[in-house]
Amino acid sequence: MSAEVPLSYYLILGALLFIIGAVGVLTRRHALVILMSIELMLNAVNITLVAFSRMQGNLTGQVFSLFIIAVAAAEAAVGLAIVIVLFNSRETLNIDEINLMKW
Amino acid sequence: MEVFLRGYSALGPYVPVFLFIVVAVTFGIVTLFIAKLVRPHRPYPEKLSPYECGVPPLMEARERFFIRFYIIAILFVLFDVEAAFLYPWAVLYGKLGLYGFIEMMIFIGILLVGYFYAWRKGALDWVKEG
Amino acid sequence: MNFVLPEIDLGAIAPQLWLTATAILVLMVQAFVPLVTSRSLALLSIIGSLLSLVATLGLWGQEAVLFSGMIALDTFSLFFNVVFLLGAILTVLISVEYLEREQIAHGEYFALVLFATVGMMIMAAGVDLIAIFIGLEILSLSLYVLAGFMRQVLRSNESAMKYFLLGAFATGFFLYGIALLYGATGSTNLDRIFLIAGERGGWGNVLVMGGMGLLLVGFGFKVASVPFHMWTPDVYEGAPTPISAFMSTAAKAGAFAAFVRVFLYSLPGLAASWAPLLAGMAVLSMVVGTLLALVQRRNIKRLLAYSSIVHVGYLLLGLLSGGTEGGASVLFYLLAYTFMQVGAFAVVVYLGGQGEDDLSLARFSGVAVRHPVAALAFSLFLLSLAGIPPTAGFVGKFYIFSAAIQAGHIGLAVVGVLTSVVSLYYYLGVIVFMYMRDPVDLPERRPSAALVTALALAVAGTVEMGLFPGSLLDLAQQSVASLLGS
Repeated sequence: MSAEVPLSYYLILGALLFIIGAVGVLTRRHALVILMSIELMLNAVNITLVAFSRMQGNLTGQVFSLFIIAVAAAEAAVGLAIVIVLFNSRETLNIDEINLMKW
Repeated sequence: MEVFLRGYSALGPYVPVFLFIVVAVTFGIVTLFIAKLVRPHRPYPEKLSPYECGVPPLMEARERFFIRFYIIAILFVLFDVEAAFLYPWAVLYGKLGLYGFIEMMIFIGILLVGYFYAWRKGALDWVKEG
Repeated sequence: MNFVLPEIDLGAIAPQLWLTATAILVLMVQAFVPLVTSRSLALLSIIGSLLSLVATLGLWGQEAVLFSGMIALDTFSLFFNVVFLLGAILTVLISVEYLEREQIAHGEYFALVLFATVGMMIMAAGVDLIAIFIGLEILSLSLYVLAGFMRQVLRSNESAMKYFLLGAFATGFFLYGIALLYGATGSTNLDRIFLIAGERGGWGNVLVMGGMGLLLVGFGFKVASVPFHMWTPDVYEGAPTPISAFMSTAAKAGAFAAFVRVFLYSLPGLAASWAPLLAGMAVLSMVVGTLLALVQRRNIKRLLAYSSIVHVGYLLLGLLSGGTEGGASVLFYLLAYTFMQVGAFAVVVYLGGQGEDDLSLARFSGVAVRHPVAALAFSLFLLSLAGIPPTAGFVGKFYIFSAAIQAGHIGLAVVGVLTSVVSLYYYLGVIVFMYMRDPVDLPERRPSAALVTALALAVAGTVEMGLFPGSLLDLAQQSVASLLGS
């Protein structure tokens, strides 16, 4: 009963989550959903890093994911602040309507 | 059980979890179904309205939250995550010695700068003074 | 588990430390000292930057790898420090007047500019992908906030939003690339990656290739090269004008510093794989940027944004040429570009008028009559951007194209020269407006001393690098040689 889940499962999970996140960023129109998709991508990277860390037998990957978590929190804070300011002035978070300047 | 697991060794540890999920979902569905068969069905408006401590509901439940909640939440997340860096430091504290202590004090000092800044700017006041 | 304390040499990161300390001081002073003016905070920031510059020059010539192989002290990073600090000082100088005019004179602005500069320095000095990532994020997060610094202005909000979403998206790719490289080599250290990446075959090779490609996407976004450029014009248009200047010069230099270090130093063994991709990005940047710049008449900031994409194309060409020559041409061009691009934006700040609601080319009609000095300076910067001798832009382009030809990229060099010729058309367009149209009513204003200083510095730099490029080019070559160990 103690057989381990093979490494490739984690890598595939990471890759899938990353792709889901990337597709979410490209197809969703709501700024908050895009923000969440980006967070999903970062967490996919974390899974990949930790899995590789286990495979390589050193801790660099885990340390790195700690840094990513911290940076992702800072990024989310800045992003939410921008979202709040934008919503207060525009009353919309649909990025198709946020088009004062041409994309 | 062993026969059942043959060829699925990689998933071995997860079979109990899987069985548990199946049982839980089945139990939920069956219970709901039986209840629907057995219970009386006599709706009237008061009964259908959402329950708010017995008082008739005043407005939509989907309300915009006070903006302060967001700011406090964002600040919380920031300082909370930074605490993650304290764990490895605490685990190795004995080996790091004075050097590690000073390093972490610098780290916390910089965090405190951010904290004082937020404090001074009134981000922590629940109601803005003046 | 045995544990080794990393070797600490705070002297080696003195430039970063001075700047960090100044940034924190600015933040605290503006929060706790009542009635402090933004001018005094600007002065404080410039003093801090100068201290950092002195520290940088004091370290010149030293070589070391410190902090458990995280940070390198070499001439390469020191050269970039000079570029960053120059960009930061010029930005602060042109900001003073702008901030007061737009009524956004908050001290956080200067603190954020300094933090962004610290981020760039860490990027340039990082020899571990962790350090480079942290530097990149310090830079990016500061810039997201700075882009949206005009809270009341919709344009600025929008600019911050777009920059943030696309920047964070790019960060995702960048990180996934790092993760794959780590999986293939077991390390995030550039030296280790260099040793292992070259000899891997099979599965490990797939990981290396994938990681490298994703890193390329991430860097492509950060330096704004086609096809990852869509955010550039909008962000530059909406952001406060001094920040547009800062983003297109210093921030771009920061991204290029890491770009050069990772690709020329760590992954040269894979050049056969990344060179075609880089060549494609360079050609697309030059051609697409030029074509789009040709049709910009509505907003001078947009024009400069598209032209900056073209310049990224040239820089990529220098990077692609590789070796000491190619690397040195990139460094030299980044320094030259900082002078001329910030100078051009400084003139835009001066002539912009409150709110900058009209920055169309028509607004610059007849500027030469009312503001002859500004018009002359603007012409100089634009001609330098176009690459007319005897300016810094000409010398920079000359070195890049000759490095490209030496490296055998003759076709690419031809594309570069052709786009330079075409670019003359849109740069001259602005000059034609300034000198040959009837003047429009521009408000009579006297530029602040800070703005004049910035303009003088930029003019001096542009002319000096155009007339006497020799010693600076030597420095650039030494820097790249220190990086490549040749």
